[in-house]
Amino acid sequence: MTSPAIQTDSVAFQVFGLLGSPNAGKTTLFNALTGLRAKVGNYPGVTVERREGEIALENSRALLIDLPGTYGLTPISADEAVVNEVLAGHAEGVSKPDALVVVVDACSLPRSLPFIGEILREGTPICIVLTMLDELTARGGSLDFERLKASLGVPVVGVVGHKGRGIDALRRLLGDPAGWSRPSVLPPEDRAERAGWADSIAATVIETSPARHPLTERVDQIVLHPVWGSLLFLVVMVIFFQLIFSWASPAMDAIDSAIAALAGLARTALPAGWIADLVADGLVAGVGSVVIFLPQIVILFALLYLLEDLGYMARAAFVVDRLMGRIGLEGRSFVALLSSYACAVPGIMATRTIPSPRDRLVTILVAPLMTCSARLPVYALLISAFVPQRSVWGPIGLQGLVLLGLYVSGAVAALVVAAIFKRTLVPGDSLPFTMELPTYRWPTLRLWLSQVAGSAWAFIRRAGTIILAASIILWVLLNFPKVEIPDGLDGNAASAYALEHSAAGRLGHAIEPVIAPLGFDWKIGVGLIASLAAREILVATLAQVYATGGEEGDSLRQALRRDRNPETGELIFTPATVAALLVFFVFALQCTSTLAIMRRETNSWRWPAFAFSYLFALAYAASLLTHRVVTALGASDWLS
Amino acid sequence: MSESKTLDQIPKGQFVQVIEVEGDDPIARRLDDLGVREGVRIEVLRRAPLGDPTVFELCHYQLCLRRSESARIRVRTLDESAPTGAR
Repeated sequence: MTSPAIQTDSVAFQVFGLLGSPNAGKTTLFNALTGLRAKVGNYPGVTVERREGEIALENSRALLIDLPGTYGLTPISADEAVVNEVLAGHAEGVSKPDALVVVVDACSLPRSLPFIGEILREGTPICIVLTMLDELTARGGSLDFERLKASLGVPVVGVVGHKGRGIDALRRLLGDPAGWSRPSVLPPEDRAERAGWADSIAATVIETSPARHPLTERVDQIVLHPVWGSLLFLVVMVIFFQLIFSWASPAMDAIDSAIAALAGLARTALPAGWIADLVADGLVAGVGSVVIFLPQIVILFALLYLLEDLGYMARAAFVVDRLMGRIGLEGRSFVALLSSYACAVPGIMATRTIPSPRDRLVTILVAPLMTCSARLPVYALLISAFVPQRSVWGPIGLQGLVLLGLYVSGAVAALVVAAIFKRTLVPGDSLPFTMELPTYRWPTLRLWLSQVAGSAWAFIRRAGTIILAASIILWVLLNFPKVEIPDGLDGNAASAYALEHSAAGRLGHAIEPVIAPLGFDWKIGVGLIASLAAREILVATLAQVYATGGEEGDSLRQALRRDRNPETGELIFTPATVAALLVFFVFALQCTSTLAIMRRETNSWRWPAFAFSYLFALAYAASLLTHRVVTALGASDWLS
Repeated sequence: MSESKTLDQIPKGQFVQVIEVEGDDPIARRLDDLGVREGVRIEVLRRAPLGDPTVFELCHYQLCLRRSESARIRVRTLDESAPTGAR
């Protein structure tokens, strides 16, 4: 699929490709050149992010394509092949670069020289941009620019991207790619010979080798220390989680009240009727369901980019890699899964820091299994209504243990499923785990803010529209068709009647045969359908079905406890049914926002469809098993 | 110089020189792209708290590899404690 956002009139433009290894400072340079006006999309068929931006040159404008970071031109996966496809002009919807800007970390020049040789052999005109010159100096290293230019035969510019130094010189150079010098003799084709070619250049160009970065060396003695490093990792992760989980709540509450006020305003401004309902409950609430994610997303990305730009993310991945490696993932998946405890939407967005697209896909697919905060109201209602407030051991109560059990089940399921997917769904994964530990750097405020803003905006634009549409569709299902309310029903009873005869109510009845084996009746069915918008909506919907009006207080809990099957007279919420419903919520992907963000991050409906199906199957099977087991055990004596 | 070992067997703090990277598959080529090739000097810097992966220093940068990859790198140990030479 081609994103319509990246349609550019390529004929009039000079097209530059930005090529270089990860951590070489490509992003900083890209932002310095394009002034943050990047268009973000995906390369066709893969989950690799694609960024393009316009650069203003002296007399013209040009297009800059930010190619995925790479260490060489020998791809070892379909995702890495993107670079080669773009260079060859075979990538669908992406213009073939007329010239390449090769970004090279001046500190690790010896490593990059064979790669430069490989690029030179491609025949496209190139210029070299040496970055991290300030770091090279700080590490006591120096190199001879003129000799580098002479031995490579191409233009070389030095920049300090975050300070904007050298950017003007680079801009002037980009204005005239036709005038770029080209090597008279190409580097050798054979890998080993090319390495020799690179070594001889390194020997003439590098005047003094850089020593270790003194600050990085000192900090790493603590950060990567077996004991202190592990403790620091735990502390950082707890703070990270705590900030997403609790710092976001005041802002989320404020948004909630603002949306409610706005809906109230719409009701008073518009004449009563279904249009007022649509605007207040459909449109305004729908927009609210998008905006409500912003506090978490902004906090998550603020932290994520801060840790990434500082250089800590790679260290965190290093510390925890062994654990994640056992299930076939790597350290950076940990952060995404942890974020998913707050909400799968920012969690899935956090997978962008995982370099291996396969690891990233598996992490995205299992992220919904982590117990997000939207499940909590559902768990709280069912546990408080049906699990007795009894002490198991000292201050440890049964209710708390059940809640803990639900959290643990989700995490265990995520790890088991990830291990299975890694072996079956994306097999043949030959990507080795190779990670550069970057030097610690202070992030620049501008770059940091722009990354956070960019991610928030991408969420609103790409996922927000889907979430908005889904919540309006669900609103229609829950409110239409309108039926005559029989005489004598008013207030809560009338709204319960209307809901039962709505499309969602009828759907609830229709799926009853399917969910009956789990002990669920049509009322729970309506709740499940409504909770597709967001899991916590189950509570509000049950309140409406049971005509108890509010979600607060005891009335809903009592109504649930008392409800009996009109035909058999048996309790609806038996211990087996309650247990089955809790287990269903552990597994099921009852969240259109998660589906929308999966669509956005994987650039296809295939993966959200797959995730929804497998999680539904898992939820159904586990729920059925739970119902059977609890029924067989006759556990009614410890519940109720 | 002493007998050859694989990189995963080298204790922390040791300097080694690469003899060869076993195999001719994408992983071997990736290691080559990362600078792990014949003749290159590597220092074993530190291991993760759980024993794997390990940070190595080569070509003036720090690279983190798991045992599964470092076990393919055949090296000879160098008797020196201070870094000298171009790489």
